[in-house]
Amino acid sequence: MSFNRTANAIDLAPLMDILKPYKQNPRGALIPVLQQAQDVYGYLPQEVLETIASELRVPVAEVFGVVTFYAQFHLNPRGKNIVRVCQGTACHVRGGAGILEAVSHHLDVKPGETTKDLNFTLETVACLGACGLAPVMMVNENTHGRLTPDDIPGILDSYLA
Amino acid sequence: MLELKRLTSVDELNKLQEEARPLLGLRHYNRAANQEKYQILICGGTGCTSSGSMNIRDALQAAIDNNDLHDRVNIVVTGCHGFCELGPLVIFYPGGIFYVRVQPEDAEELIKTTVLEGKTVERLHYQGRTGKTPRHSYRDMLFYNLQKRLVLRNCGRIDPENIFEYIANGGYQGIAKALGMGREATLEEVYNSGLRGRGGAGFPTGLKWKFMAAETAEPKYMLCNADEGDPGAFMDRSVLEGDPNAVIEGMLIGAWATGATEGYVYVRAEYPLAIKRLGIALAEAEALGLIGDNILGSDFSFHLKIKQGAGAFVCGEETALMRSIEGKRGMPRVRPPFPAKRGLWEKPTVLNNVETFANVARIITDGAEAFRQDGTEKSPGTKIFAVTGKVRNTGLVEIPMGVSMRHIIFDICAGIKNENKFKAVQIGGPSGACLPASMLDNPVDYDSLTAAGAMMGSGGLVVVDEDTCMVDLARFFLTFTQAESCGKCTPCREGSKRMLEILERICGGEGRDGDIEELERLAHTMRTSSLCALGQTAPNPVLSTLRFFRSEYEAHIHDKKCPAGVCTKLLQYRIDPEKCKGCTLCARNCPVGAITGKVREPHLINPNKCIKCGTCMDKCKHGAISRV
Repeated sequence: MSFNRTANAIDLAPLMDILKPYKQNPRGALIPVLQQAQDVYGYLPQEVLETIASELRVPVAEVFGVVTFYAQFHLNPRGKNIVRVCQGTACHVRGGAGILEAVSHHLDVKPGETTKDLNFTLETVACLGACGLAPVMMVNENTHGRLTPDDIPGILDSYLA
Repeated sequence: MLELKRLTSVDELNKLQEEARPLLGLRHYNRAANQEKYQILICGGTGCTSSGSMNIRDALQAAIDNNDLHDRVNIVVTGCHGFCELGPLVIFYPGGIFYVRVQPEDAEELIKTTVLEGKTVERLHYQGRTGKTPRHSYRDMLFYNLQKRLVLRNCGRIDPENIFEYIANGGYQGIAKALGMGREATLEEVYNSGLRGRGGAGFPTGLKWKFMAAETAEPKYMLCNADEGDPGAFMDRSVLEGDPNAVIEGMLIGAWATGATEGYVYVRAEYPLAIKRLGIALAEAEALGLIGDNILGSDFSFHLKIKQGAGAFVCGEETALMRSIEGKRGMPRVRPPFPAKRGLWEKPTVLNNVETFANVARIITDGAEAFRQDGTEKSPGTKIFAVTGKVRNTGLVEIPMGVSMRHIIFDICAGIKNENKFKAVQIGGPSGACLPASMLDNPVDYDSLTAAGAMMGSGGLVVVDEDTCMVDLARFFLTFTQAESCGKCTPCREGSKRMLEILERICGGEGRDGDIEELERLAHTMRTSSLCALGQTAPNPVLSTLRFFRSEYEAHIHDKKCPAGVCTKLLQYRIDPEKCKGCTLCARNCPVGAITGKVREPHLINPNKCIKCGTCMDKCKHGAISRV
């Protein structure tokens, strides 16, 4: 895993707005700040991590340690649409592996990868908590349940429009 | 007019309850022949929302407008009703008229038939287990009648985004009564109830609270663990989405009893709806002065915030969760000192699970004795289970502790899908165990499960049938725990990795003599020497499947066969030349072109090309393809 320095300079102004309320009392601020920064930038480029470190007065190494510990944080740019295929127990016994295979095949990427056109990032999750609808996947904020591999191309293509 | 105005005494709360009561006025079962007004409750839990319940709300609203009925009918979005199998659910009150798998196209008919004609739409009722006996009302459904919904009493019955509905149904009366009882009597009541932590280990809640109450350091923290990470468990999510105020009230009572002044709810980021509804409830409670300084005019103050997790299963462990709130890597530490002495920011801290807190208000309003009416001597009260997998009626089930697994799976959830045979039930997630059919009649409570080598866990029940390979299931859980091991202690970090390697080898057809013994040795080491519960319990799925399904491991290792037909490396697909009609359907659907043959002549599968996806078997109309 490595830092990703962006080719073009990024606008740090929104980050400064995020940091503002935490500067007085930085206790416990690191994770919420990283979450909000990722919401804005889509991922966490090196400039952002360095700025957060200096503004919250924690070593960059500690920031990097936290970012790499939690599955939610990303150091590389991600696709416009995030596909999260559930591999939880209920989905597993109802054919979740076949759904993952179908998505992976249709997008031609492995879990954790982003398509070349930056349209999709494929991820797996341990459980989305919609076990009653197993097997399930989420595309962005939408949950799709009771899936069969045949449903996959249609669902994914609908996000390209 | 109901106003979000600061309440400065218990009397004002009582007055507000009276004023809010009409909100629930229609939610009863006595539907008059010429019923004038209706309320439509639409399930807005995650399950039903994913199957499109918000589109149905819009369609129903349009139908109400078209028929000029807005004086007579209104719509309320509620939390999860628990009958997820048949969602989206729509319920008309009065009458509790229960409609399942509703689609937006049905809206016009639903409104016309139910409201204007005073009848019901037969085809949209649950048709019972036989598929022939429509259940008209909530009250006619065995799935609900066999349950005892105490913690879930508000889920699906009230609007979780409207604190007045919670208050109308007796909400915040628990904290009001506790303030009158005093801190010590409140603590005693919870202690006497025998309530045990619903998050997994079953530690007595009252005892935990007593430990913290005895501490003098300040401030003290009251935390709620809503980092529901067990795959297959969604009871905490449903409580947060369906009745968030019950959790807030439980935390208030806990804070009052133990002297805590600050609190956090730590919620998984994967639960956006739960976070949203909890946020609304918290803002409303603050506006009413139920959270903040001088609650209900007393000298008790409690401040509560929401913290979002960032995706790490180990953060369900209490010390790891506290590190995560502090903004650090969520790794557990050695206990003692226990968090009641030194927890969040080294101050006294109590952490309880969502469902535990949701039990507390009722213990105070109805008393410890009433709570003990349900359940067993050592495991009093009810427990919510999320029943999923190959069961007919998946969903949320609340039952008194001590009933049998058979009752839950076969009586309430209607048994196994597609008339298949029950094989095992997996309880307790990655820390739990697989119990075979011979243990179906054992009671479900903390101690009986521990005696059977399983654990309650958070209450996920995943039912599996004969088509599930137990070695593959054990491998599945180890994949999960191995990926989620934080890496701090060696037994867990290395042990889970090595165990997974062996299991993958066995599933891949390369198992060898001594593998089972090696698994057992590693499991023993992890159990006895891992730092936290994640590592200590990670071997449970392997040990329990070895105990009850050892022959499956042996078949994989010695005979290179997967009896359930799951492990693809151990499978071959064959076409029976006698049955094959040469229709070419299989060959046309094979994704890798492994099937050859002429029209009207038996086809052949090339085993070197075959990826064992099973498509040919699914497509064949003559039953000519088999898995061996």
